[in-house]
Amino acid sequence: MADKILKKLNIEVWRQNNAKSKGKFETYTIENISTGTSFLEMLDILNNDLIEKGIDPIAFDHDCREGICGTCSLYINGRPHGPDSAVTTCQLHMRKFKEGETITIEPWRAKAFPVIKDLVVNRSAFEQILQAGGFVSVNTGGVPDGNAILISHEDAEEAMDAASCIGCGACVAACKNSSAMLFVSAKVSHLAKLPQGRVEAKRRARNMVAKMDELGFGGCTNTQACEAECPKSISISNIARLNREYLAARFSE
Amino acid sequence: MQNLDSKIPAGPLAEKWSRHKAAIRVVSPANKRKLEIIVVGTGLGGASAAASLAELGYNVKAFCYQDSPRRAHSIAAQGGINAAKNYQNDNDSIYRLFYDTVKGGDYRAREANVYRLAEVSPNIIDQCVAQGVPFAREYGGLLDNRSFGGVLVSRTFYARGQTGQQLLLGAYQALNRQIAKGNVKMYTRHEMLDVVIIDGKARGIIARDMITGQIKRFGAHAVVVATGGYGNVFFLSTNAMGSNGSAAWQCYKKGAMFANPCFVQIHPTCIPVHGDQQSKLTLMSESLRNDGRVWVPKKIEDAQKLREGKIGPNDIAEEDRDFYLERRYPSYGNLVPRDVASRAAKERCDAGYGVNSEGKAVYLDFKYAIDRLGRNVIEERYGNLFQMYEKITDQDPYKVPMQIYPAIHYTMGGIWVDYNLMTTVPGLYSIGEANFSDHGANRLGASALMQGLADGYFILPYTIGDYLAGEIMTPKTDINAPEFVEAEKNVTQRIEKLFHIKGAKTVDYYHKKLGNIMWNFVGMSRNEKGLKQAIAKIRELRDEFWKNVKVPGELNNLNPELEKAGRLADFFDIGELIALDALDRNESCGGHFREESVTEDGEALRNDEKYTYVSVWEHQGEGKEPVLHKEPLIYENIKLSQRSYK
Repeated sequence: MADKILKKLNIEVWRQNNAKSKGKFETYTIENISTGTSFLEMLDILNNDLIEKGIDPIAFDHDCREGICGTCSLYINGRPHGPDSAVTTCQLHMRKFKEGETITIEPWRAKAFPVIKDLVVNRSAFEQILQAGGFVSVNTGGVPDGNAILISHEDAEEAMDAASCIGCGACVAACKNSSAMLFVSAKVSHLAKLPQGRVEAKRRARNMVAKMDELGFGGCTNTQACEAECPKSISISNIARLNREYLAARFSE
Repeated sequence: MQNLDSKIPAGPLAEKWSRHKAAIRVVSPANKRKLEIIVVGTGLGGASAAASLAELGYNVKAFCYQDSPRRAHSIAAQGGINAAKNYQNDNDSIYRLFYDTVKGGDYRAREANVYRLAEVSPNIIDQCVAQGVPFAREYGGLLDNRSFGGVLVSRTFYARGQTGQQLLLGAYQALNRQIAKGNVKMYTRHEMLDVVIIDGKARGIIARDMITGQIKRFGAHAVVVATGGYGNVFFLSTNAMGSNGSAAWQCYKKGAMFANPCFVQIHPTCIPVHGDQQSKLTLMSESLRNDGRVWVPKKIEDAQKLREGKIGPNDIAEEDRDFYLERRYPSYGNLVPRDVASRAAKERCDAGYGVNSEGKAVYLDFKYAIDRLGRNVIEERYGNLFQMYEKITDQDPYKVPMQIYPAIHYTMGGIWVDYNLMTTVPGLYSIGEANFSDHGANRLGASALMQGLADGYFILPYTIGDYLAGEIMTPKTDINAPEFVEAEKNVTQRIEKLFHIKGAKTVDYYHKKLGNIMWNFVGMSRNEKGLKQAIAKIRELRDEFWKNVKVPGELNNLNPELEKAGRLADFFDIGELIALDALDRNESCGGHFREESVTEDGEALRNDEKYTYVSVWEHQGEGKEPVLHKEPLIYENIKLSQRSYK
């Protein structure tokens, strides 16, 4: 498709100098952006404009810019990762916006993800949840041959579906309760679907859920907003599986 | 000059690693508890090393600039990981993987290192399966394989088009387990800015806390640098925006020699550059060449109409399509190695057959595979890649062929290491893409993941013990030693210098300019005149940068522009060394193509008599020409021959 030029856009963006300071919205204008440009490239261009004008550029998290590292985390026009489906912010392109539009950009909003600066938030709570049990307890070496463990094609595919979570936090940002159930259930499901992960499935579910609750994430009330906004389309059926795993674990205590 | 002993063990090739393991020293469990190791970088190499070393009982401090170890750029590797399992019964073997890798690297890698890599490759698959990596499976429950470029067997294991992600998550899970146990202390959003050397040995690092701006000292008994490649010197590349060569470069400035900097891989299948607002190029996995056919029009007038948008690819009749890889290389066809495929695409585009508006794209067509296998099969194999392509280009690759063009992807060159993966500085190790060791002048597809994990899981944990066995009486490193104070002072001064220039141009402005010089003169095709020009231009631009760059924000706060400025300052120096190395090597081999050294039919022409060596550069101090040392490459098992994929 031939790219068009968007002559003018208004960018309303959350500015907050650090975790302790009070934030507010500022509005900037930007001109002559190609519709083939990515959203983050648009922010690069805006930042270069701001620097030349002597204004502090907007801090935002990003890295791989191909939708897989999970670093980028913008809440654009009221939606995590913006107005496209099954994409991360870095894969969002300006063809999704209209001439003259005002685009509102905010950080992830959740108690468990405090703002570091502008649009950058601290997601270390996700790290702590995974450290509580999101692994198989094997050391390097002394493991059986890869083909000694037979896994059906379907189970491998289902595990892979859950394992494609990129840990971006869009599910938490989308949820009115700031629940991390989709994130936690994706890791629990990935490992529960595989024989290697079954051995300690109960312990894993129990420990990860306990850590999630401890860190201030809200409860799940089945609004399904997480699934709708997940850039990797992780299914909420994983939450059902997590609930089953968790209940089984509790009853066996 | 420092010692360039590669420490390759004696004995027959297939027994070198076993004999070496038997000969090297081992540290007792009680002593491991007293020793500290710093691991910088948490990609496949760093995460697997940090986890494995911690499991052994060492105290590990791990560092990454990202907000989580899981975000290291290994995560973006798509197609797969090679291993000599011979599960397909297609006559694969350790020897064949070894041979393919040496040949694919155009005979510029060490035999012993490559053989060891092939030898440990089957263990990697077993390890990853045990961790719960969801590799693709056949209906009978066994592991599935596919083919990659430069080989005639199917030895690539994969997890859809997200193999790097799944392998990294496996290593990250192992790392998380050790963090939870307290064996690894993880420092995220910390960037290494210097290595500290005391009495000739690596004893720690200086790092900047990227949130507070605080410059901190960290001590250890050994330092492992696993910080990836320096491809971003070209500005546009498939690397992550934050990928940089600074940690490796600080090691170089502190005495670790740098090997083969000019060996840079240009990947043939990336989404073409469009316009001038782009910041990053996106790779389309090499695995796509299993089922996609590469072509351009046969008639130059068709190419012209395509560029003007008057016709589309589907308007061009079958007999008017030039499947140039199949034509030129009938035995390997679309699966020739990356360097060969990249040059062939450039040759067609330079001849006027490019198909996008800028004349810099060729087609990768799935129509034939969809007709043969059905859309479902293609969707299952490559669904996420097709989706990614569509999101970026707004075109549906199930209906219209993909447009692709080569882009900077990987750096085979890196910090020089011996067989133990130790640099020329005792106690300083380098693993994964950051070192130079295994891929020669060109890396085969699906071998980067293999090397990162081989180094981290199965090689470094053994070889580092040999060094640390001599350090068991060494007390904990004192971070108040004068060397730490001095290193911290230098780091702080450099940051303040950059910050206080307060010039007129942004960091990106200079990075784009550097990238243009590199791509035009030190890119896919190089010659003496152009390289000399590039060196002069880089020096001129670097001088201007140090006078006129503008770094906004605050020193003691999150400041991405300050981070970028520091990395770019090093990229100028790295770019210069790449050009110097490319100038010295007046032969074409692998990813390094010198126009002065070509066969009659336009293929790369090596000069084994003159250049069968590793170029090893030694820093001489700021503003001084580095000195070139040569490590001869000795082939005892493979006979060097002109590489042919015809």
